Amino acid sequence: MQDVIIIGAGVVGCAVAQRLGNYAGKVMVLEAANDVSCGASKANSGIVHAGYDAQPGTDKARLNIKGARMMQELCSALGVPYGKPGALVLAFDQGDKPALEALLAKAEENGVPGCRIIGRREILAMEPLVNPQVHYALHVPESGLVGPYELTCALADAAAENGVRFQMNTRVKALRHEGKAWVVETDQGDYACRAVVNCAGVGAGELHNQISSRQVEIIPRRGQYYLLDHTQPLAFQMTLFQLPTVMGKGVLISPTTHGNLLFGPTAEDIPDGQDTATTHKGLQEVLSKVRLSYPEASTRTVITTFSGIRAHEKGGDFIIGAVEGAPEGAFEAIGIESPGLTAAPAIGEEMGDWVAYYLKLKPNPRYIPPTPLPKAFSTMSEQERRVACQTDPDYGKVICRCETVTEAEVRRAIRRPVGARDIDGVKRRVRAGMGRCQGGFCMTRVMEIISEETGIPFEEASKKGPGSAVLTGPIGEAEDE
Amino acid sequence: MSEQMKTIDLLIVGAGPAGLAAAIAAKRAGVMDLLVLEREEEPGGILNQCIHNGFGLHRFREELTGPEYAHRDIQEARDLGIDVRCGAMVLEVTADKVVSVVSREKGLETFKARAVILAMGCRERPRGALAIPGTRPAGVFSAGTAQKIVNMMGYMPGNEVVILGSGDIGLIMARRMTLQGAKVKACVELMPYSSGLNRNIVQCLDDYGIPLMLSHTVIDVQGKDRVKGVTIAQVGEDRLPIPGTEQDIPCDTLLLSVGLIPENELSLGAGVKLSDTTQGPVVDNRFETNVPGVFACGNVLHVHDLVDFVSQESALAGQAAARYLKGDDDKDASEVAVVDGPGVRGTVPQRLMIPKGEQTEGLDLMFRPDRVYNNCFLTLRAGEQVLLSQRRRIMTPGEMATAKLSPQMLEALKDHKELRLEISAQKQGA
Repeated sequence: MQDVIIIGAGVVGCAVAQRLGNYAGKVMVLEAANDVSCGASKANSGIVHAGYDAQPGTDKARLNIKGARMMQELCSALGVPYGKPGALVLAFDQGDKPALEALLAKAEENGVPGCRIIGRREILAMEPLVNPQVHYALHVPESGLVGPYELTCALADAAAENGVRFQMNTRVKALRHEGKAWVVETDQGDYACRAVVNCAGVGAGELHNQISSRQVEIIPRRGQYYLLDHTQPLAFQMTLFQLPTVMGKGVLISPTTHGNLLFGPTAEDIPDGQDTATTHKGLQEVLSKVRLSYPEASTRTVITTFSGIRAHEKGGDFIIGAVEGAPEGAFEAIGIESPGLTAAPAIGEEMGDWVAYYLKLKPNPRYIPPTPLPKAFSTMSEQERRVACQTDPDYGKVICRCETVTEAEVRRAIRRPVGARDIDGVKRRVRAGMGRCQGGFCMTRVMEIISEETGIPFEEASKKGPGSAVLTGPIGEAEDE
Repeated sequence: MSEQMKTIDLLIVGAGPAGLAAAIAAKRAGVMDLLVLEREEEPGGILNQCIHNGFGLHRFREELTGPEYAHRDIQEARDLGIDVRCGAMVLEVTADKVVSVVSREKGLETFKARAVILAMGCRERPRGALAIPGTRPAGVFSAGTAQKIVNMMGYMPGNEVVILGSGDIGLIMARRMTLQGAKVKACVELMPYSSGLNRNIVQCLDDYGIPLMLSHTVIDVQGKDRVKGVTIAQVGEDRLPIPGTEQDIPCDTLLLSVGLIPENELSLGAGVKLSDTTQGPVVDNRFETNVPGVFACGNVLHVHDLVDFVSQESALAGQAAARYLKGDDDKDASEVAVVDGPGVRGTVPQRLMIPKGEQTEGLDLMFRPDRVYNNCFLTLRAGEQVLLSQRRRIMTPGEMATAKLSPQMLEALKDHKELRLEISAQKQGA
C-alpha cells in the first residue's frame, strides 16, 4: 500500500512529487508514457507568465503569480535554464488601447510589478524588428522563460532522490474507493494507496468524472509551433504577444532559454487529446499571425514543427485540491492550461502540503535538497571545459554536433535518478538531437549509449518507448543485383 | 596569447575527401606544419558509408566504392606523413584563426593557426526544415542516416519505405533497401525534375521498378509511435498540393532526400561571409574567404554531385593555402566579381583575383542551372563583351556545370569589374 499515488508525470505531477519528497511517506508516480514530461509539459511555449492576463480572484491568477515568484529560485536550485527578458503585448490598432489598459488594470490587480503601456518609438527601440505599424504595447518586465522539460525532469529527479518511485508505461484506467483506500486500476494491474492525486493532464477529466459528483469537461486544445535555429543575432530578445483572445494568449514569438526562436501556438479544440499532429493549415495560420508582429518572419531557419495539447476545462479556471463530491483522499489538478507551467511549482507546493496534512505525514528526516544539474558543456567557459575534460574524458567526445552535447552528458542523462530511457528522453534532458540536423548525425550514437547504459539491446533502442523502435532488425543477406 | 595555445601553420577542419585532398596538396606544396582535425573516429568522411561503386571515374578512370576512394587519399596522406587526428571536434574558429578543439585523448586544446582550411562538408535537411505536417513517430530518417544504419551498423531502418526527394543519397538508398528485402513503394519528388544524377535514376529506381513520382510531395505523416503511412499529393506549378490528388500509402518508414546544406556554423563564428545561394562561403579563385587566411573547399563551400570534383577543388585550395603561407600572393591582382545572370545559380568562385603579368593557367567556374535546359547557350559576359557563348545540349540542376576560363579570357577580364554567366535559348553575339 502506497501512501500517495500521483497519476501523471508532467510538470504538475512531478512538482507535487517533489514537494511530497519533503515528507516521510511512500509515494509513487504512475505515468502512461515511457518518460516524464511527455504531454503538454514537453510541447508548450516555455514562458513564465508574469500574470497580467489571468482573471483576478481566480486560482489561475493566484497560482500564476505565486508560481512566477517561485520560479527563478527553483530553477537555480535545480540547475534548470531560466531567463527573464520581459515581454511586449503588441496592439496594432489604434482602437486596441482600451484592451491594453484593461490588461494593465488586471496586471495591477494581480500584483504584477512594473507593467506600463508604451508607444511605437519605445517599442521599436526595444525590439527593432517589430512591425512598425504597431501602435502600443504593454511592457511586462517580469515575463520570463523556462526550459519546460528540463524543469519537469529535474523535479522528477529531486523527488526520486527523496524516495518517490516513478513507474512509466502504466496507463491508469479507473479509480475506485475500497474501504479506506483508493485502488488505482492500470493496464499493469491494481495499485492501492491512501491518497491519490490526479495530475493526468488531458486525461484528468475522465478520471475525475468517475469519482466526483461534479462533472468536468476537458476540451483538448491543440497548439502548433515552429521552432527556429539559434542563429545569431536572434531577431528578438523579448517575448512578443498579441492581444489575448477568448481562446488564449494568441500567437507569440519568443526566444527560448537556449536562444532558439519559437513561433506559435494555434488554439484548436480537437476531439482526440492524443492528436499531436501538425497540419498545413495550422502552421500557415501561425506564420500569418506571426507576420503581423514580425513582417520579415521566414521559415528558412526552421528546425522543427510540433504541437502540444493543453487541457482546457470548460469552466476556465484551474480545478485544484480535494475532489469535490468524492470519498476523502482524492486530490486533483485539472484544467492546467496556460499559465500551468508557471503555476506548477505553486500547485506542487500547495497540493503536496494538503496531501501531507491529510495523511498526517511527518517531515522527511533524510530529506536531500536538490543538487543543481551541472552546466551544459555548450555553455561552459574555456577554462570550465578544460577542467571538465580533465575530470571526465567523456567530455572530450562530442556526440551532438549541432548543440555540442558530449558523451559525458548523454551518459549522465541516462544515469540520473529518473534517467532517460529513449532517444527523445536524452534529447529533452541534454539536447542531443535538438538542433538543426534533428538527430541525423547523433541518433545512432545515442542509441548505442542507451544500450550500453541500460543493457537493452541496441536494436531495441526506441524514440519514445514501446512501439517506437528505430530499427526493424538486422540486415539479412543482400539479394543479388 | 595563452600559454596553453599552440601555434601551427595550417589547420584543416575535416578529414573527408575535401580535407584530405587539401592536406595532400598543401603538403606537396611544401607546408610542413599542418594538422587535419576530424570529429569522427576514422578519416574518410561520408565516403565511409557509401559502399556502392561509381566513385573515381573522373579522377582515377575506374569505378571505386566510397571506402576505396577514401582509402587512396588516406593512404597518400599517411605516406606523406600528414598528421590526421580523429575524434577531435573543432568547437570554434575565430577571425584571428584561433581554433579550439576537443578530444577524448587531449581534452580541450587551442591552436593559433596561420591559415585554416574549412572542409566540414554538409548535412542533410531534416523533416522539420520542410515542415511536413503530421505526427512525429519513429521511422522518419534522412537518407544518409538510413545509409549509415544499413551500411555501417548492419540494421534495417524499416521494411516498407516511401522516399521523399530524389537526391542521390535517396536514390542510392532506394536500391540498397530493396536489395536488403525492403519494399520501396515510391520515390516522391516535389519538382518536375529529379535533383539526382540521371545514372542513379536509371540504376536505382528504373531497374527495380520503383516509381519516381515527379511534381508530388508528402502532405501528411501518420502513426503515433511508428510511421503507419504517409499521404502524398500532386503539386501544381506553385508547388502547392492540388486538392483531390491525395493518395494514402501505408508504410513504416519515410526517408528524406530533400537537399544538403553546407555546414557553416564554424565559418560564421569566424566571420566568414556566406552566399545566400550556395549557403557556403563567398570565395575567390584561390578559395580564400573574406577572412584572410581562411579557405573553404568541398561540400562546405557548395554541394557537389561527384567526389572527384571535391578532390580536384580541394587540391587547389590546399595549393592556395600553401602559397598564402609562403607570402607570395599577388597583392596587385585585379578583382573581378562573378555574377549569376539569368538561368545561372550559385557560381563558385564568386570573385576572381587575377594576378599581374601574363596568365598561364585557366580556371573552372562551377554553377548549376536554375531548371532543366535543352539545347541552350551558356554565355560568359564581361561588361558588354561576350567572352564565350557555348552550346550545351542539356543542363539540369541535378548536375553541376562547369565553365572554363582560358588564360586569354582571364587576361581580357583584367579590364572589367564583373563577369556574368547567363543561360539563354539563343547564341549571344561575340
